[in-house]
Amino acid sequence: MNIIVCVKQIPDPASPGALDASTHALKREGKLILDESDAYGVEMALQLVATAGGGEVNIISMAPNGETSGMRTALAMGAAKGLLVSDPALAGSDALTTAKVLAASVTKLGGADLIITGTESSDGYTGTVPEQIAEVLGLPSVTFAKKVKIEGSVLKVDRQSESGYDEVECTLPAVISVTAGVVEPRYPSFKGIMDAKKKPLDVVTASDLAVTPTGWAAAGQKIVNVTQAEARKAGEVIEDDGEAFGKIVAFLENLKLI
Amino acid sequence: MTINNIWVFAQGANGAATTGTLELLTKARSLSSKVTAFVGGDASGFAASLGEHGATKVYATGDLAGKLPGVALSAAMKVIIDGGDSPDVIMFPQNYEGRDTMARLSVKLNRTVLTNNIDLADSTDGVVATTPVFGGNILVATAFSGPGPHLVSFRPKSFVAESASGGAPEIVAVVVPDLGTQGGARVVATHAEQTTGPKLDEAAIVVSGGRGLGEAANYSLIEDLAKLLKGAPGASRAIVDAGWVPYSYQVGQTGKVVKPSVYIAAGISGATQHMVGMKGSKSIIAINKDKEAPIFGIADLGIVGDVHKVLPKLIEALKARS
Ligand SMILES: Cc1cc2nc3c(=O)[nH]c(=O)nc-3n(C[C@H](O)[C@H](O)[C@H](O)COP(=O)(O)OP(=O)(O)OC[C@H]3O[C@@H](n4cnc5c(N)ncnc54)[C@H](O)[C@@H]3O)c2cc1C
Ligand SMILES: Nc1ncnc2c1ncn2[C@@H]1O[C@H](COP(=O)(O)O)[C@@H](O)[C@H]1O
Repeated sequence: MNIIVCVKQIPDPASPGALDASTHALKREGKLILDESDAYGVEMALQLVATAGGGEVNIISMAPNGETSGMRTALAMGAAKGLLVSDPALAGSDALTTAKVLAASVTKLGGADLIITGTESSDGYTGTVPEQIAEVLGLPSVTFAKKVKIEGSVLKVDRQSESGYDEVECTLPAVISVTAGVVEPRYPSFKGIMDAKKKPLDVVTASDLAVTPTGWAAAGQKIVNVTQAEARKAGEVIEDDGEAFGKIVAFLENLKLI
Repeated sequence: MTINNIWVFAQGANGAATTGTLELLTKARSLSSKVTAFVGGDASGFAASLGEHGATKVYATGDLAGKLPGVALSAAMKVIIDGGDSPDVIMFPQNYEGRDTMARLSVKLNRTVLTNNIDLADSTDGVVATTPVFGGNILVATAFSGPGPHLVSFRPKSFVAESASGGAPEIVAVVVPDLGTQGGARVVATHAEQTTGPKLDEAAIVVSGGRGLGEAANYSLIEDLAKLLKGAPGASRAIVDAGWVPYSYQVGQTGKVVKPSVYIAAGISGATQHMVGMKGSKSIIAINKDKEAPIFGIADLGIVGDVHKVLPKLIEALKARS
C-alpha cells in the first residue's frame, strides 16, 4: 500500500494574517508550518500503511521559496520521502494550477494506491484542490472522509454528509480528502525528528514537471478591490457577580423572545 | 461583460428545493433574464418552485443511482456546454455537492474557481465576486479575467430568497455520460441523524457551546437551554472534532451559517472561522471566563463568567417562568 499525502505549508495561524499591499494576496513570509488540516492526512496514511503491513507514505507540497519545515514535520511523523515543487513563477497560483502541479507531482513519484488531502486548507480553504487533483489524474474520489478502511483493492469510506454520513465504496487508486479530527495526529518523536533530517526531499520546479505556471498574470482572476466590512460593535460586557444570568433573561425579554 | 446566460446548481431535499437554491436563483435573476437551474436528481417535485424563483429552464439528471454527485454532475454539465448551451456564469452553493461539482468542472473546462463568496456583480471590471476574509472583517472583490463559464460558489444566506411569481420552467432531461474509472465510487448506505426541534440554520434562537464547557457531558446544559428557548443547539468545531456532538451541529466556515434573532455562545473563544458562521445574527450574547476572548468584540451582551455557574442559573430562571 503506497500512499501520497498532499501537505500544505502555511504561515503559523497563531500569528495574525495580513494582505500584501500590492497583490492583495495573503502574505506568506517567514517560516511555514505543516497545516493542521494535513496532519490528519499524514496520520491516516501512516495508519493505513501499517494496517496493510507494507508500503510507504510519501508527501508532496507546493510552496514558494523552497520552504520545507512543514514537510520535515510530516517526515518526522513517519513519512518516507518528500517532493517539493518550488518555483517563483508559481506564486499567486489559483487552486486549479495548484492541483495540476500536485497531480504532476503524484505522477513524478510513480503514482500511488491512494492520494490523501485535507478537506480544506487553513489559509486558502477553497476546498476544491482534492477534486481537481482527482479530475486531472482521471481518478475516482471521495471527499469529506471521516473513517477509512481498505479491504483488498476496495476503499471503504464513511463520508460525512449534511445530516449524518454515507457509506461509500471506491476502487483504488483513488483520491480522498479527510476531515479534521478523523484521527489523532502523533507528535514526532525525538528520533523521528533526527531521522527526518536525513530523509530524501527533492525540490523541483514547475518546468521539471512540465506544468506551465500561470502565477499572478494568468490565474484567471484578479483582485479589484479590498474594503473594510461594516464592523459589529461590542456592546455591554459585565463581570458575573452571581446574578449575570438575570441580564440575559432581561435581554431576551426585551426582544420579546421569552 | 454582460451576463446573458446564468446557471444555478440547484438542490432538492425531501421533495422541495433547498432554501440555498432559492437564494441563488433570486440573485441570478437580478443579473440575467436567462436563468437555468441544474438539478442533479429528479426535479419533478419542485420544478415549479424553481420557476417561481426565476428559473426559465431546468436541467435534471434524474436519480444518480449511488454515483457521487461531483463526478457525475460535472460530466453532465460538460456535455451540455459542449453541446452549445454555454453559460457565462455558474453559481454553486458552498456545500459538499456544489464544491465537488465545481472543482471537477473547473478541470474539464480549464477555468479558475472563486469560492466562499457572499456577493456577485456584473460591473465594468467584469464579473466580480466578493469574499469575506479574516472572520469577515475585510471584503475582497475579485474579478474573473479570461473567458467564461465563470465558476463561483457562495456561502449560505448570502442572499435572501424571494419568489418572483415566475411561471413553470421548461424541463430538459440530461444524461450522465459514462464516467469510466473516475466513476469508481458508489454510495452503498446512508445514515441520517434523528433530529428534533427547529433546524440549526432556521432557528430563531441558537445556543452554541464550545471547549469552555470542559467535557462532553456538560453539553446537556446547551441542549437544555436551547429547548427552553425553543431554539437549536449548535457547537464550535473544537467540540465537534472532539466527538462531543455530531458535525451537523457545527457553526462556522466549514459548518452551518446561522442568522438567528439571538445567538448565545457559551465557552466559545470566537475564532475567525467560527465568527463567519454567526456574525450575521441580529443579537449576540457571549459567556466566557476570559474577558479578552475575541467573541466579546462582537457581542451585544458579554458575560465574563464561568459557564458552569451562569448556565445552570439561567436554566433555572427560565424554568421558573414557564
Ligand atoms: C480551515 C478551518 C476551518 C474551521 N472551521 C470552523 C468552523 O466551521 N467552526 C468553528 O467553530 N471553528 C472552525 N475552525 C476552528 C477554529 O479555528 C477554532 O479552533 C474553534 O472555533 C475553537 O473552538 P472553541 O471556541 O470551542 O475553543 P477554544 O478556542 O479553545 O475556546 C474555548 C473558550 O472557552 C473559554 N472557557 C474555558 N473554560 C470556561 C468556563 N468554565 N466558562 C466560560 N468560558 C470558558 C476560554 O476562555 C476560551 O475562550 C476552523 C479551523 C480551520 C483551520
Ligand atoms: N500548495 C499545496 N501543497 C500541498 N498540498 C496542497 C496545497 N494546496 C492545497 N493542498 C491540498 O489540498 C487540500 C485542500 O486545499 P484547498 O483546496 O486549498 O482548501 C489541502 O488540505 C492539501 O491537502
